[in-house]
Amino acid sequence: MAENNAKQLKDLDQIRALIQKHKKNDFIFAFIGMFIIASLTITLLILFLDLFFDGYPRLGLEFFSNYPSRKAIQAGILSAWIGSSLVLIVTFLVAVPMGIAAGVYLEEYAKKNWLSDLIEINVSNLAGVPSIIYGLLALGLFVYSFGLGQSILTAGLTLALLMLPVVIVATRESIRAIPVHIREAAFAVGATKWQVVLNHVIPYSYGGILTGVIIGMARAIGETAPVITIGALTFIAFLPPSPIGTEAPFLNFDWLQSGFTVLPIQMFNWISRPQYEFHVNAAATGAVIIVLTALMNGFAIKLRYDVRKKIKW
Amino acid sequence: MAINVMQDTVISPKLSKSFRRNFIERIIEFGLLISAAFAVFITTAIVYVLVSEAIPFFEYVSVYEFLTDTVWTPNYSIKRYGILALISGTLTTTFIALLVAVPLGTITAIYLSEFASHKVRETIKPILELLVGVPTVVFGYFALMLVTPFLQTIYPDLTTFNMLGPGIVMGIMIVPYIASVSEDAMRAVPMSMREGAYAMGATRFQTAIRVIAPAATSGIVASYILAISRAVGETMIVAIAAGQQPTFTFNPVDSAATITAYIVSVALGDLEHGGIGYQSIFAAGLTLLVMTLVLNILGHWVRKKYTERY
Repeated sequence: MAENNAKQLKDLDQIRALIQKHKKNDFIFAFIGMFIIASLTITLLILFLDLFFDGYPRLGLEFFSNYPSRKAIQAGILSAWIGSSLVLIVTFLVAVPMGIAAGVYLEEYAKKNWLSDLIEINVSNLAGVPSIIYGLLALGLFVYSFGLGQSILTAGLTLALLMLPVVIVATRESIRAIPVHIREAAFAVGATKWQVVLNHVIPYSYGGILTGVIIGMARAIGETAPVITIGALTFIAFLPPSPIGTEAPFLNFDWLQSGFTVLPIQMFNWISRPQYEFHVNAAATGAVIIVLTALMNGFAIKLRYDVRKKIKW
Repeated sequence: MAINVMQDTVISPKLSKSFRRNFIERIIEFGLLISAAFAVFITTAIVYVLVSEAIPFFEYVSVYEFLTDTVWTPNYSIKRYGILALISGTLTTTFIALLVAVPLGTITAIYLSEFASHKVRETIKPILELLVGVPTVVFGYFALMLVTPFLQTIYPDLTTFNMLGPGIVMGIMIVPYIASVSEDAMRAVPMSMREGAYAMGATRFQTAIRVIAPAATSGIVASYILAISRAVGETMIVAIAAGQQPTFTFNPVDSAATITAYIVSVALGDLEHGGIGYQSIFAAGLTLLVMTLVLNILGHWVRKKYTERY
């Protein structure tokens, strides 16, 4: 009996020794994990800081109010940031209503049949198509078949196609989080399906949808390849016609057909030049793009965090 | 008596059956359906545009020649269209990117899911999300202006345009994708499996490697496939930093063009609509679409087939 106990104790000691040995691996792995994350963060931080310091001498007010020029020191991003803004207006107006509508349909209306399966497969597939393919689609379809030319409208529609899956997925996820009893309560007092959607489902999923919209817009700002593919010009020293007129009806839509350039294309153009001075401009443009997208994404992430924290059904 | 009361109660006209209201409901439902079906339209349009523009190209260049020739010289007097010259560049940069991203991404994911405290995880995940949002043109700048010069200090023979620099930067860009998808997969493994392993005396590391990672294989592999798909379709980094000269080479220190870089270089020049140069980018695009489509379907299949259910 005592012998047996002693043996058990010995075994136990052995097991403990074994566990101790393996715990060392725990420590080593945790160290490697932290090291990798820290070195990645530091590497990227160095890259970002380097970009900011390279571009810093150019980042003045004039940089935003000057057209691109053959003289690097006088060149600015006026046409690029105005072009980006106008393109984004089109993208926003197309992608947001359409994305929300599609998301609402798939979550609230779609019956389980072949059609909704087909739509689902397509939505998830579109998210995986490389952005340059959308550029080719737009080149063949919008530029030549529809005859829209290499215009702000074409670029806006192209980026809208890219943004659509993002908005759809965000809409669906936040709608799915709304419990059924909210809908049942509304139906019980006689609301129609659309009234339920418009007065309850969409307002309650507003935060999540907004998050998706902002993330999608930030992505659209940085997208370069599809906009180059449709043939956007890289050197633009004019502005599109103003969307707001001085006479009635105060709005005109000539700007939709105007040629344009956008921030990332301007940056790409300056990187491609051999002279160092233009690389400074590229770095400054890069800094503007990064600050813009980081602010938008940061706001979206914070918004999502707040929404998750606030809403408790 | 009760029935009488019910019948006497005046129903608000707002609640009575109304043709107009039902009609509006139907119209709205139809409008929503059209929006959703637009996704199907986009897919069809992509396939239609690429195929219809590529067909005249393949009348000029046979499919066999396109797929087996290793020289791509659309701008020379002897024009040859061998997509292998572009695919070699695409595969090389993708491979370098994966070499960087798979180990770093996987270790990051395991660390975040199994080792990191709640606070560390909640700090790092938003940073990863922010990195996903950095535009690729900026990463291209990093590759050309910062990473390649740095590599040149180690290996002085490296040319300004090479596949190594952009490949590495692309890898860094992809790490957050692999890390966040894999981490989600590992976190989805039920707590009881971890508790079971711990109860048997397993350490955290043993649990992570022998219990959690195998249980989350489908998600982890799917994240790798997603990463390959990203790398194959990535455009700006390689267009900026790898050079735009199509060369059939798998040597990372050579300069070469990828499929995407070729499309960009043609689009930057003057495009003659309907010319062979114009059509060639659609043939290249079709190749790219097929490659990513196969990867996406594979990823979907892996996730569906090997998902463990608890």
